[in-house]
Amino acid sequence: MQTLALAPWLVATPSLGAAILLLAGRRTDRWGHWVGVLASAATFVVGLVMLLDMFGMAPEERVAHHTVGTWVDAGALHVDLGFQIDPLSMTFVMLVTFVGTLIHVYSVAYMSHDLDRRRFFAYLNLFVAAMLLLVLADSYLVLFVGWEGVGLASFLLIGFWDHERVNAVAGKKAFVMNRVGDMGLLVAMMLMLATFGAVDFETVIGASAQGAPGASQAVMIAIGLMLLLAACGKSAQFPLQAWLGDAMAGPTPVSALIHAATMVTAGVYLLVRSGPVLEAAPDAQLVVAIVGAVTLLFGAIVGCAKDDIKKTLAASTMSQIGYMMLAAGLGPVGYAFAIFHLITHGFFKAGLFLGAGSVMHAMGDTVDMRRFGGLARLLPVTTITMGLGWLAILGVPPFSGFYSKDKIIEAAFMGEGWRPWVFGFAALLGAGITAYYMSRLFFMTFAGRRRWASDGPDAPHPHEAPALMVWPMIVLAVGSAGLGFALNVGDGFVHWLEPVVGHTEHHEPVLPVWLLIALTLVLVVLGAALAFRQYAMSAVPTTPPHAHALVRAARVDLHQDDVNEALVMRPGQYLTRALVYSDRTAVDAGWLGLAGGIGRFGDRLRRLQSGYVRQYAAQTLGGLAVIAVVVWLLSGQVG
Amino acid sequence: MSSGFPWLTVLIAWPLVAAAATALTGVGRGRPSAGVVRAGRFGAGAARWVALVGALVEVGLLVGAFLAFDTTAAATYQLTETYRWIPALGASYAVGVDGVALLLVALSVGLVPLVILAAWHEQGGDRSRLRRYLATVLVLEAFMVAVFAARDVFLFYVLFEAMLIPAYFLIGGFGQGSQRRYAAVKFLLFSLAGGLVMLAAVVALYLQVPVEQRGPQTFLTENLIANLAASLDPTAERLMFAAFFLAFAIKAPMVPVHTWLPDVAENATPGTSTLLICVLDKVGTFGMLTLCLPLFPEASRWAAPFVIVLAVISILYGAILAIGQNDLLRLIGYTSVSHFGFIILGIFTFTALGISGSSFMMLNHGISTGALFLVAGFAIARHPRHSQRIADYGGLRIVAPVLGGTFLVAGLSALALPGLATFVSEVMVFLGAYGRWPAAVLVAVPAVVLAAMYVLLTYQRMFTGTPSADVANVTDLNGRERTVAGVLIAALVVLGLVPGPALDYVREPGQVSVELVGATEPAAATTQETTQGTTEGSEQ
Repeated sequence: MQTLALAPWLVATPSLGAAILLLAGRRTDRWGHWVGVLASAATFVVGLVMLLDMFGMAPEERVAHHTVGTWVDAGALHVDLGFQIDPLSMTFVMLVTFVGTLIHVYSVAYMSHDLDRRRFFAYLNLFVAAMLLLVLADSYLVLFVGWEGVGLASFLLIGFWDHERVNAVAGKKAFVMNRVGDMGLLVAMMLMLATFGAVDFETVIGASAQGAPGASQAVMIAIGLMLLLAACGKSAQFPLQAWLGDAMAGPTPVSALIHAATMVTAGVYLLVRSGPVLEAAPDAQLVVAIVGAVTLLFGAIVGCAKDDIKKTLAASTMSQIGYMMLAAGLGPVGYAFAIFHLITHGFFKAGLFLGAGSVMHAMGDTVDMRRFGGLARLLPVTTITMGLGWLAILGVPPFSGFYSKDKIIEAAFMGEGWRPWVFGFAALLGAGITAYYMSRLFFMTFAGRRRWASDGPDAPHPHEAPALMVWPMIVLAVGSAGLGFALNVGDGFVHWLEPVVGHTEHHEPVLPVWLLIALTLVLVVLGAALAFRQYAMSAVPTTPPHAHALVRAARVDLHQDDVNEALVMRPGQYLTRALVYSDRTAVDAGWLGLAGGIGRFGDRLRRLQSGYVRQYAAQTLGGLAVIAVVVWLLSGQVG
Repeated sequence: MSSGFPWLTVLIAWPLVAAAATALTGVGRGRPSAGVVRAGRFGAGAARWVALVGALVEVGLLVGAFLAFDTTAAATYQLTETYRWIPALGASYAVGVDGVALLLVALSVGLVPLVILAAWHEQGGDRSRLRRYLATVLVLEAFMVAVFAARDVFLFYVLFEAMLIPAYFLIGGFGQGSQRRYAAVKFLLFSLAGGLVMLAAVVALYLQVPVEQRGPQTFLTENLIANLAASLDPTAERLMFAAFFLAFAIKAPMVPVHTWLPDVAENATPGTSTLLICVLDKVGTFGMLTLCLPLFPEASRWAAPFVIVLAVISILYGAILAIGQNDLLRLIGYTSVSHFGFIILGIFTFTALGISGSSFMMLNHGISTGALFLVAGFAIARHPRHSQRIADYGGLRIVAPVLGGTFLVAGLSALALPGLATFVSEVMVFLGAYGRWPAAVLVAVPAVVLAAMYVLLTYQRMFTGTPSADVANVTDLNGRERTVAGVLIAALVVLGLVPGPALDYVREPGQVSVELVGATEPAAATTQETTQGTTEGSEQ
């Protein structure tokens, strides 16, 4: 590729944007946001040029490296600052920069009243830069830089409005839980270095693809599970999912960025990229699929009970990423579909979040869906764009989600033994529940009677958002509608990824494909119809009604925070207090006691110095006697 | 035996000259009369300019030393000078630096001007007191440079003890805490206890050298290594190792002999803490690396499991204790206990990767913790009561965004965020250590989560939320303070993004240390079968 040398600029351009905005400070307040938009858009253009160049290559030549130089070189470790340019990384580059740029544009209007808009754009640029480094790195160590970089950016953006302590706490929670996952990546790198003698993709993945000769199965399983732990932290998968709901504390464009383009997709990327490593450890791969299946149901159940429009969408992300993890855990048959769904999800989820932002903009920052209703006539564009996103996530043909999600459901039904039945029905069931809660969101917001006060001093006057917000929503809605079909023409996207994820022979699911499609559609229609009956046909209570235990549990995220508190936080606090106490009373006091003891000993000795000559004379006599005895004993021995 | 310009001697002597000049500037003028401070044109206020210029000239001299240093031979002592000192004892004035020592000299020399700048208005506005403080800082600088440059064990010991004098006065005489005298005495007693044990070992070291090989340069490190190799009695070796190690562990500070450190951090000024904890304490880990390992290789390998256990305890214990602190400066002190644990873990991996990682970390920890201490000092100086209690702050980022930003970056460096210098060294230590002590490393890994806790929790408490009444009207960092924080942060970013040039100074010394201690590198599992046919990579 002639444009290979442009790769570093993909990371450098948004980094430069962030650096300018942060270092130049208040001077750039008036036009700083346009610098951010420009940096993001320029990155997209650079990516597009490289993509077009890649289209011109033969498929087998599309995998390339670009090494800038040595980054770390000492002892057994040698890591280059290298970029991996192939269809997989370029797919991510396009998703991140295209959706990212739309979110930048949207934010110009959304944040226009915020005094700190410049800082916001600096962090957005930083986020894009970190994510691009993550997907472009050609070694786990450089990937880790981007990996923690997105963690930092999410911390800064979730806690952006940090004058409210609760927002800052949410940002910290995200970072700390992410660090638990990062620990996994760190340990995975240790295992890789000890096993393969390197941490770059070429060595590790290359050796794994040949069955990792010389490495024991236990080590490969350990590497696989540690990569999964990392992915769970970043992608908010069970059991490290608790930060995602709180992350809604950030401004809405941030949620769109985190959920669609950057951050949560990183875990899926890591696992697909490390596919051969997991294939060398089938047990670990199975755990990946199980985690995916559990999370997709977990998220879907939580989504059904949330009244906060953003938290419903957050739960839905968790669930949809669960689908991708499930696909990644199915092996080569699922990789391409995991990424396919990631792309379509990126479009419709970004669209849904920006739509939610538009609704909040109209409703005076209210997020309670029980206080919405009947907004369809007042916000027609938002209704149509969110409607397309809604149809896409439901998987209604011919919208995007249909092509990607149905393929995952099909793939989940492939294989032998109990797995296809368990994973397949989990995926199928998830599709039905998704249809229910997303329809619930849509109907509660746009259909039915208005449940907000239309008069009074604080009454909202719903109006459509300004053009800068509307156009990104329209573009994303077009993607939600047509992207799945476009990428599916002639299995185009699957073939596109083949140089990276490999070609897989066609397998048949345990149930016929037509039956699966039919079953999925029936469940989706059932779910949507149920929601329509409950939230469009009948009146919606403005306060959550009393409900049975599962709903109550789902409202508090199936008690995830209580569990974390009981298992980790409380014992941690006790341990901290106990150690702080014992450091003073045992360790330090021990040394002080020793010093005090010496002091008291000296005090005793001092009393001998009484000043009485008779006492000194007695001491001298005593001393002489002791010496005499010692000399006598010694001379006796010698003699 | 001297080669070329005596860079190191000049680097040692110049701060003393600068200290004298500082101490004498404006004596007898600008004295406070009846409680009023008058700043004459050449009054005590001018002394800080003298000190600053002196420290900056020292930085210029350092650049010269760097230019004279050949990185392709970073493992050999360079810029060496050797003069007879006490021939009867075998002690000589011998200085010289390898790559690691040069980086630590650079750390000392680089931090001093920043500490001076940060202390510009300290000591309660009492300028003659400030003058004495700055002169003492410069004296300490001379000792710090000398101790890292010493190539003679006796000289090293003398400097190791002599450093305590300026350090004692900096804590006890110029500290800001109410218990500064207590902290200074505690520091002195702990250090002296270690030093005396080490003295016994230094004497024993001399006696262990065969009589026919004793001469006027017996104590030269390279002579000791060569002459002791054959003759050392294993028991004596282990005892001497233990004595040296105890002295270094107290200095480093390692659990359980760390308890002097939080008291010092709490009661000294942030500038003093920077010099003490970020530079002077490195003598402990530096001594382990350059004296314990090569002089007592067998004992080092023998003791390694115990040391590793203590290091891992230090890492976790320091981090947990940091989370539980209410006092900002004590908290930073405890984070250093954790970080020193990492450095010691890396040294006792006996792998080139771990040891060079530790060497690099000695530099990075100095810059990173220095930034944290000094920026914390800026925050404390803004509080109306100069409170160090974290709970007395809140919402500082909203009123002073640059202060908040610099504190956050310094904190992120403490938690080893990639892109900042400490990350590279921490990963090197982790990866190097895993090859030798996998179980210990796995126990230590949760420290990365604990680090995120203690940094972000502190940031959250002090800098977010509604600004508390006490700090609602504070001003943001001024130009002087921005310079201090900016230089440190720039260093962290540059070393974090482009660690290569710095690694050139520590790579070869790391390999040589492994050879001197007589360990073999653990090989990767997939390559092992062809090269060794055994999975036993460890020497233990």
